[in-house]
This record gives sequence, C-alpha cells and structure tokens, in this order.
Amino acid sequence: MASTFTRMIAGRYPAALLASLGAGTVAGGLLLSDSALFAEGKRSLYPPSADFPDLRKHSNCMAAALTPAIYARLRDQVTPQNWTLDQCIQTGVDNPGHPFIKTVGAVAGDEETYEVFAELFDPIIKDRHNGYDPRTMKHPTDLDASKITNGVFDEKYVLSSRVRTGRSIRGLSLPPACSRSERREVERVVVTALAGLKGELAGRYYGLGDMTEKEQQQLIDDHFLFDKPVSPLLTCAFMARDWPDARGIWHNHEKNFLIWVNEEDHTRVISMEKGGNMKRVFERFCTGLKQVEQLIHERGWEFMWNERLGYILTCPSNLGTGLRAGVHVRLPILSKDTRFSKILENLRLQKRGTGGVDTAATGDTFDISNNDRLGKSEVELVQQLVDGVNYLIDCEKKLEKGQDIKVPFPVAQFKKY
Amino acid sequence: MPFGNTHNNFKLNFKVEDEFPDLSKHNNHMAKVLTKEIYGKLRDKQTPSGYTLDDVIQTGVDNPGHPFIMTVGCVAGDEESYEVFKDLLDPIISDRHGGYKPTDKHATDLNFENLKGGDDLDPNYVLSSRVRTGRSIKGYTLPPHNSRGERRAIEKLSVEALTSLDGEFKGRYYPLKSMTDAEQDQLINDHFLFDKPVSPLLTCAGMARDWPDGRGIWHNDAKSFLVWVNEEDHLRVIAMEGGGNMREVFRRFCVGLKRIEEIFKKHNHGFMWNEHLGYVLTCPSNLGTGLRGGVHVKLPKLSTHAKFDEILGRLRLQKRGTGGVDTASVGGVFDISNADRLGSSEVAQVQLVVDGVKLMVEMEKKLEKGEAVDSMIPAQK
Repeated sequence: MASTFTRMIAGRYPAALLASLGAGTVAGGLLLSDSALFAEGKRSLYPPSADFPDLRKHSNCMAAALTPAIYARLRDQVTPQNWTLDQCIQTGVDNPGHPFIKTVGAVAGDEETYEVFAELFDPIIKDRHNGYDPRTMKHPTDLDASKITNGVFDEKYVLSSRVRTGRSIRGLSLPPACSRSERREVERVVVTALAGLKGELAGRYYGLGDMTEKEQQQLIDDHFLFDKPVSPLLTCAFMARDWPDARGIWHNHEKNFLIWVNEEDHTRVISMEKGGNMKRVFERFCTGLKQVEQLIHERGWEFMWNERLGYILTCPSNLGTGLRAGVHVRLPILSKDTRFSKILENLRLQKRGTGGVDTAATGDTFDISNNDRLGKSEVELVQQLVDGVNYLIDCEKKLEKGQDIKVPFPVAQFKKY
Repeated sequence: MPFGNTHNNFKLNFKVEDEFPDLSKHNNHMAKVLTKEIYGKLRDKQTPSGYTLDDVIQTGVDNPGHPFIMTVGCVAGDEESYEVFKDLLDPIISDRHGGYKPTDKHATDLNFENLKGGDDLDPNYVLSSRVRTGRSIKGYTLPPHNSRGERRAIEKLSVEALTSLDGEFKGRYYPLKSMTDAEQDQLINDHFLFDKPVSPLLTCAGMARDWPDGRGIWHNDAKSFLVWVNEEDHLRVIAMEGGGNMREVFRRFCVGLKRIEEIFKKHNHGFMWNEHLGYVLTCPSNLGTGLRGGVHVKLPKLSTHAKFDEILGRLRLQKRGTGGVDTASVGGVFDISNADRLGSSEVAQVQLVVDGVKLMVEMEKKLEKGEAVDSMIPAQK
C-alpha cells in the first residue's frame, strides 16, 4: 500500500523546504556513526579540489557550467534522500561528448535535485533551453488540444505522427537513484492507474521480465518494445540497474497510446498513429494524460511539477513539457536543398533519422520534431510543429512545380509569463 | 559511492521483501548464497567508508550470468567489506575457493628460490610465460567505491614508488589520459595497454567511473615487468617474457613485488593483507595470492583429446584463449594457468603450472608420434 510512501512524502516537504533554503545536509537526527566520522575525516583529507573532475576534454552542458567554486560549495550537500552532486554529474564526467553534439551531462536523482544543486542546474537549464531562467521565469502548461489548428497533414508526405512526453511520480526517486522497492512502487502506482482506463484507451501491461516470447515478438513488430539501455549516457547514470526488474510496457488495445514504465523516466507517454492526423494524436495524448493523472490522484499520488520548471524529469533537457511532437515525412527534393537546415533552424525544428535519436535518415524520409521543451506550453509547441511541417510540405510542393521557396523568419522565443 | 552512503538509510524505510532483488534467473555465486534472511540481516550495515550490501551485490544483480560460467557476482568496496559482510562473503568464498573455511589460514610464499625447476619448458611449445597478481593499498577504498581524490592519491603514491625503482626495474609511467598516439601504439604492440572496461561485470560495479582519470601503465625499460594502476584493482603487477623460462619470470615477479612493497610501507601505506584472506583484492575470486601464472602453449593434439579438460582439472589448471579471459584459442595455442588463488601459496601455485605444463608438453609430443598418453594421465593434485 501507499502507507510507507505517504509517510515518506509527508516527511519530505519540510526537508525539501530546508534544502531550498540552502540548509544543505539534513543533519538533524543523524547519529554520529563510524560512517559519519569516517566521512568527516575523508572530507578534510580530500578537499573538493582533490575531487574536482578533469573536464578539459569535455563538451557537455555540465562541463561548461561546473566550476571548482560551485563544486566546492555543492560537493558535500545532499538532497533529502541523500543524493549527491557527484552522482548527478557522473554521466557527464564519464561521457566527454562530441564537439558537434552537446549532451547535457547531468541527471536528477529526485525532485529536490533541481533545488539543492540549483547553482549547477540553473546554468545548465539556461544553456540547454535557450536562455530560460528558472529564477525569474514561469513555464506555461497547456494541454487543451482543441486549440490546435491545421493539425491534419497531407498524407502524400506525412507517413506517421507521434507525440511523447514523460511524467514522474512525486515522492519517489528518479531512475538514476531509485531503490528497487521505489522502482517497483512506481510500477505498481502506474499499472494500477492504467488499469482504470476505458473505451479507446483501455489496454494491458506487459512486464519486461515476464513477457512470453510471442508477446515480445509482437511488441517488437509493433515498434513498441524498449530494450535495456546500451548508451553510456544512460548506463553511467545508473539507470540500467537491476534490469529488467519493474520495467514494462503498457499499451491500449488500439495500439495508438502507450506508456513505458521505468526506462529513462518513471513513465514515458506516447500517442502515435500512421498518417497525418496530428490533431487527433495530440487530442488522445492530452485526454490520456489527464485521465491517468486523475486516476493516480484518486490514490493520493501526483506528478512532479512546479511553475518554474514545469514537469520534472530525469534529464534537464526534458524539463517543462518534456514534449517531442514529430512526424515521419517524405521530403525528397527539399531535403537536398542547401537551405533545408536553415529552414528547420528558423522553424525551431530538428531532423532525426527514422530510427530516432542518433540514427541516420533512410532515403528521403525524416523524423521532424520540435527542438524546444521548456518555456512554451504543449499547445504552443505542437502548433509550432504543425505550422512548421505544413511549411515544409508547402516548400516541397513548390519545388516539385519548379517554383522557388523562401527561408522563413525565425520563430519567436519565449513570451514573458 | 564515495564519502559515505546515507542513501542506504533512506532505503531502510522499505521492507526487505520490497527491496530484495529478483534473482530467479541468476546463476552466479552471489545469487546462490543470498537469501532474504541474509539480506535482512546485512542491509542496515555499512563499512566505515559507507559501502553497503547493495553496493556489494549490484554487479551480480545486473549480470545474471550464464548456465556454464559461474561468475562471482559481488565485489568489495574496501578492506572492511570482507568483515562487515562476512555472512554473505564467507559462503561465497567457500564456494569459489574449494571449501575454504572462515577459520582457515592462507600461506603467503614469495620466495622464488622455493620453486623447483621451471627454467626448462620447451620453447618450441611454450611461446610465452607470465605471472600476474593484484595489490591493494591500505588506507584507500577500492575501485568500485573510491572517489576521484582517492584514485588520484593512489596514482600519485604508486608513481612515486615505481619511479624510485632502479636496476632491472628502472622504468616509466604512462598516464592513460595524457599518452601520445605514438606511445599508445607502442603499448598496444607490446601487449601492455589496458582499455576502459567494457565488460558489464566491471562497469556495473562502478569500476569505470571517471575514466581515464588516475589510470595508467608503468613498465620497466626492458619491458619485462609492468604495473597497471587503477584498473580493476589498485595495482596489477605483471612479469612476462617470450619463451618458457617461467622460473626467471617468477624470480623477477617476486623481487619486484618485494621492492614495491617496501616502498609503500615506508610511506605508511602497505598492502592490504591478513592471515585469513591473504592479499585483499576487489573481486573475491582473487583473494589469497591473487596470482595467475600461465603460459601460452601449443597443444593442438592434446587439446582435442577427449580427456583434456579432465587432465586440466586434475592438474588444478585452467585454459583460456590467447586473448585472456572469455576468449577462444587460436591455432591450438592455449593460455594455461593455475585455477587456485586462496588456500595455497604463490610458490605452490606456480609449481603446479610448471609441473603441469611440462607434463602436457610431453603428452603432446607423444601424441605427435602417434602414441597413446593414457598412462600419463595424472592423479588429482
């Protein structure tokens, strides 16, 4: 039952408040054990300067933001669950990155990470999210899909449409930090809630450890199955521990709404279908999310969210909406035009191969999705994607007819909220 | 993780049943030994440096193993791990090391003069000889647990100790993070360079953190004695050369080790050792001597003999491919080494290699002449 956990949550908020006031280690009530004395001794033998990582060959947001002074102030702080700075940055230390691709290089172990280690995470967030300042700005949340206009694409070009996001369960540690029982509790909470979905959202859960070979093959054929992470970005962040314990996939019988449990986030929520009806995909996305939220509320749980950072997820790159809305679209002529990249950049869109992140495009079909996550609402980002894809298709049609195309003006960044 | 792990205290709020790992599909020593009772008894313990039971077993949870190959499935984070978690580690040690009991004592013998023979292995068959061991430096936590500051301190102390060696041991240190391309190629050609661990057995135990910070290779000018710093153990010490003069390799090994140990002792950081477990290393499989003495030997006919594996078992030897652990043999050439680590001395283990390989080469020669070797099959050593 939730009883152990609700007691924990009740105890967490004063601690979180303390932490946010800069009180650092929640030392009250900790007996001075052997371990604490040893740690004290180690701290004086090894000042922060002895432990500061060598980041000279590194190219990621963490390496750009972390200074010896920040490290010195934060090294001995802990979140209320005793998650440390070293644990947050381990993935960035172990993965120097690439001159062309700037990874984030830090993860959160729990909701309070973003508070206790704000001195490091705020500049990382600013870097990654186009100057968004969590100290002064507010993030808008808007899941009203009815506001989307022109959201049905020409299916001569758009082969499929998809929207994904993540949600974290407040009160439980995130995948880098969670213990086995916390991870199992995430699974229990989510699967219980999903069992309450009805109608076109009714579905079934497949635990990774218990699925039959037949079920596994079906999930692979449906392009639903996720595998044990091999990317060192994730494994060095401790996210593959205890695999496949408490991991699984839920999907509705219609196979257009699915949820990954305990992969890189507590949950990843995906709405998708073949064809170009992004509006309907987003409608289902919003309805599904709202219903799941309602179902977990009924049992005393909620999603991690605040008005500075929006939805709290493991990777700072997914804060805000955590939303990636995208299409698989054929652009045989436009993709060869030298202005293609600039057009995408101004529309605030990114291209990926059809295998997802870090894959190459096959033929002329691209995965086109929104760049931004934080500082704009879900509706704004999906509308931006819709407008952008319509523009790309228009360019393609023009080029087919031998007409010229224009590079659009850059889309505006944030409004002030 | 370094500097204490009070995250463990937080986990104690959850019940044993909820935290106990699912080991139903596992085949490693840890999974065979760990019960809910042992887990419940040990989970609120930590070593003085904060290493916990979950830290010890994580690698075994993440790597279920293979039906044919029994991995250990746990590691130590510091010297005290073997004390604090003895209820788990003693049965694992017993399982892995032929019934070694918690009350048994381990004999250390690094007097190379006690070795009989070993200088006459036929170089037509024995292509190379090598002896390796590991050493942990007292006062520091082990590779799964140490912080960057500690790892760098280990490196600094090791480099100071090694660069003070002279005579046949005079040599140079190559830190992994600053070696030139030319140096790297040379080390690869010499078969000296070690790489960032890719085996999940090691990565899941946290041993590849911060790579390549604090890691490096030292070797003597003659390229016959080398030391790995901060790979799977604080130090891995290796003596090797082409041909079959295992006696000379073992001499250099023993002399070099003693010199290094003296220098560390002078700095008040001797090696981790006790009379029950011998030399204390990261993986329980390397306790005792931590010694693997072996040869690359051509045994194309004997290796296909129906009783090859039985012969090896009786001689207390094991076979590997020429790429080392978990590789296949190439062209009938095998890496043959001692199987034991704990419960017998260095001299005794190298003696088994020397005597066993000599016998197997004779059997190979017999098989070449078309003669039977059944009468030569040894009794269990």
